[in-house]
Amino acid sequence: MRNRQAIALLALVGFFLALYLWLHQIGVGGELKCGTGGCDTVQASRWARVLGIPVAAYGVVGYAAILAVALAALQPAALERRRPALLLAALATGGVLFSAWLTYLELFVIHAICRWCVGSAVTITAIWLVALAGLRRKDGLTERG
Amino acid sequence: MKRFYLMLGVLTLALGAMLVYLLKSNPAAPRVANTAPTTVVDDGFRGYTQGSDSAPVEVTEYGDFECPACAGFAVIQMPTIKEQLIATGKVRWRYRDYPLPMHPYSRLAAHAAHCAGEQGKFWEMHDQLYFNHGWAQTGKNPTGLFRDFARAAGVDLARYDACMESGRYASRIEFSRQEGEQRLVNGTPTFYINGVMYNGRSNSDAFKAAIDSAAAARPRPRPRK
Repeated sequence: MRNRQAIALLALVGFFLALYLWLHQIGVGGELKCGTGGCDTVQASRWARVLGIPVAAYGVVGYAAILAVALAALQPAALERRRPALLLAALATGGVLFSAWLTYLELFVIHAICRWCVGSAVTITAIWLVALAGLRRKDGLTERG
Repeated sequence: MKRFYLMLGVLTLALGAMLVYLLKSNPAAPRVANTAPTTVVDDGFRGYTQGSDSAPVEVTEYGDFECPACAGFAVIQMPTIKEQLIATGKVRWRYRDYPLPMHPYSRLAAHAAHCAGEQGKFWEMHDQLYFNHGWAQTGKNPTGLFRDFARAAGVDLARYDACMESGRYASRIEFSRQEGEQRLVNGTPTFYINGVMYNGRSNSDAFKAAIDSAAAARPRPRPRK
């Protein structure tokens, strides 16, 4: 249960991170608060959109999905089930792979680092690790799904 | 479980408040740097140049950093022109600002280039602004992006920030625009070859031909006896 709670809280943080970047990409708020980072360079690069959709929008949807699944998995009827843990691990794995690809682009292609993107990468990695730990905890879980 | 939902609620409120703060506290583009001043002073500046001072031909370009055609020219044609005409001493290239009124951040970009220019990095910033031209299509405030460009151009950011905040080149940029208007610039980029408006095609081959022709037409100094 604690794993799922931790995932829900982390997903909420990731959701707001992605929401901030997405709102900036659609023109809300203007300049990104980035300190010494290269957020604007990253956001203005050709990689800021994938299949015509802002990268941050994938983050908003992804984190919202993880949050929704984590909250659903905390319902009494779902607490004993293993399927929500599998679903969380699958979503987190997709997220962490996508995030790794974006981090690679920042470091080796765009040559600029966006601290908000780094924040999101750390968040999704933490979610992934907690989700994997949740998979290993079989005590009290049934295979009913 | 109650404690968890309480934490979730508090975290949602805190993150929501932070988001609103981040979105609302965004500074606008430096106003002075991005507007035409009411009083224009001639400080004697006539544009940044690249190429030999003794080149037989001078090309003056009136450009607007937000103009897509100028960016296309800078990215596609300028590298060849630099290599074949400027580096070989055949031509000296002069850049003058001609910010068009329909471009909201054109003056800001020109100002950013001048702020880099006072640190000897005008052409580096010129290339940053044109080679990363995505900013001109978004309509979003590019202040932070220009700062990133300045960093990439090797500019000292503390001095750049102070320069942008002061807006000290706004008058110089407007003077250049008015000068262009007097010279009948009717769009960007517009070129003058040895002072004569060039109406040919904007590609490196056409430029090469026009520059060769201008060099040939130039009176040669008489050999000393």
